[in-house]
Amino acid sequence: MEDMIEIRWHGRGGQGAKTASQLLADAAFMSGKYVQSFPEYGPERSGAPITAYNRISDERCPIHSNIYDPDYVAVVDETLLESVDVTAGLSEKGAIIINSSKEPEEFKPLLKGYNGRVCTIDARAISIAYLGKYFPNTPMLAAVVEVSGCVDKEQFLKDMESSYRHKFAKKPQLVEGNLQCLRAAMKEVRG
Amino acid sequence: MSIRERLSGNEAIATAMRQINPDVFAMFPITPSTEIPQYFAQYVADGKVDTEFICVESEHSSLSACLGAEAAGCRAVTATSSAGLSFMNEVLYVAASSRLPVVLAVACRALTGPININHDYSDSMAERDSGFIQIYAENNQEVYDNYLQAHRIAEHPDVRLPLMICEDGFITSHAIENIELEEDETVKKFVGEYHPENYLLKEENPLAVGPYGISAYYMEARVAQAHAMMNAKKVILDVAADFEKTFGRKYGLIEEYRMDDAEIAMVIMGSSAGTAKACVDMLRKNGVKAGLVKVRVFRPFPGEEIAKAIANCKAVAVMDKSEGFSACGGPLYAETCGACYNLKNRPLMVDIVFGLGGRDFTVDSAKTVFDRLATIAETGETGEIYTHMGQRER
Repeated sequence: MEDMIEIRWHGRGGQGAKTASQLLADAAFMSGKYVQSFPEYGPERSGAPITAYNRISDERCPIHSNIYDPDYVAVVDETLLESVDVTAGLSEKGAIIINSSKEPEEFKPLLKGYNGRVCTIDARAISIAYLGKYFPNTPMLAAVVEVSGCVDKEQFLKDMESSYRHKFAKKPQLVEGNLQCLRAAMKEVRG
Repeated sequence: MSIRERLSGNEAIATAMRQINPDVFAMFPITPSTEIPQYFAQYVADGKVDTEFICVESEHSSLSACLGAEAAGCRAVTATSSAGLSFMNEVLYVAASSRLPVVLAVACRALTGPININHDYSDSMAERDSGFIQIYAENNQEVYDNYLQAHRIAEHPDVRLPLMICEDGFITSHAIENIELEEDETVKKFVGEYHPENYLLKEENPLAVGPYGISAYYMEARVAQAHAMMNAKKVILDVAADFEKTFGRKYGLIEEYRMDDAEIAMVIMGSSAGTAKACVDMLRKNGVKAGLVKVRVFRPFPGEEIAKAIANCKAVAVMDKSEGFSACGGPLYAETCGACYNLKNRPLMVDIVFGLGGRDFTVDSAKTVFDRLATIAETGETGEIYTHMGQRER
């Protein structure tokens, strides 16, 4: 399937990489796409490296294996770069998006010769600024949409707004903060 | 009108259960099936179903409670995986021989050991002789659709057998994908209500369930049960035909994928069939006449249908996702070979045991199999007939 985009998420158990992949699937689903979001479970313990995946396409994808040659990689925890080969199989036409306050150039030497685009997003700062707490998934989701273009950006923001209005029906004050968080992350992703 | 949604296999099953609103759900949790009772408990709490939801202390008890309910004339369901299914073993046979059509959702997972939570069919294949009907799904849509058909098949007067709805643990149970759901009312109308002819406490004709069967009666009961399983084939097809008429999606005992002129083919089950289809498409683009037979229904075994589908192939690989330790091939291979024995021209056939304990099966894995089949077809030599795939050498 030529139109398909494959994304691999790296995180630690409890940080929400699986949830982030589900949120991306939700966003892509709302924009009319076919989606897959699935976790890969190793030893289930808090803090252990975990992997989650997305396939996004215009037709239903019959493949149900893990993803070995992703178009994009999202790293929720930058300390994983020491222990996990996060760029394994990553397309040089794609990009890696790392949750960090550092500049992309600082990561290039750590990425085992990966020559594609390297992006960083300070999910902590953005999350704390707009949500008051550290929820890395919301800025990470926005950064992945911004960098990959896997979902139309205008459509994404519109769909997320209606999703938040539904989700926070009893706490409408949270809608604007979440939307600002998404917009800020899309603007502030570097690289 | 179908509803466009995205759900995991587990939520799809729970949704089907909610729409059907069974009388009894007796539950005991085990990964990766746990979410099914978890979602369902929410439906109970929200008043979306009026099911008697019973939390019991083991899988032996959950199925036993379902049996009690079914014997009393209720529609009863449960869900399990792996060791939970093994722990039900004794009761599975009781359900089938008592002809109680309980529907059991199985998120298929490896059996110990080493202890492992991931997918293969060691659990469901170990119960292939239990007398349960077994229907397998490639993805969340199929598991939902299979579930909507399950009660009508199991409860049909010509069948009256319990039924397992099998999905691949994690791969299907935990993967979120697009799905077409059907409206609650349409589902309820399609599935219908359960009014068994006889049950335990029927006032005008009370029934004994599970009496001792001395040698003078046991064999008659077993033969009747065997006939019920044979009858299930037609009922499965009839229900599938009505399902297609109602909802537009077509199902059979097997699915033949690009088999019309196939020279090499795989016989395969579950989610791996989808991955292998992508490989077939790729090979077809390169002019390779590859095809695939997906076994949807394993019990009753569609032997004639499989044999007919692969009769004109030169070489066939049967893909077993459980190791039966027979030392000469897995259960799907043994039964496929048996089904083909009386064909005038049989294809050359090998068994490949793969994907144990969650070992990944990729498009490349499928390509390796088809490459081997091409060589077998060309040389007429099978090489080793029973092999394993995907394991490290040391």
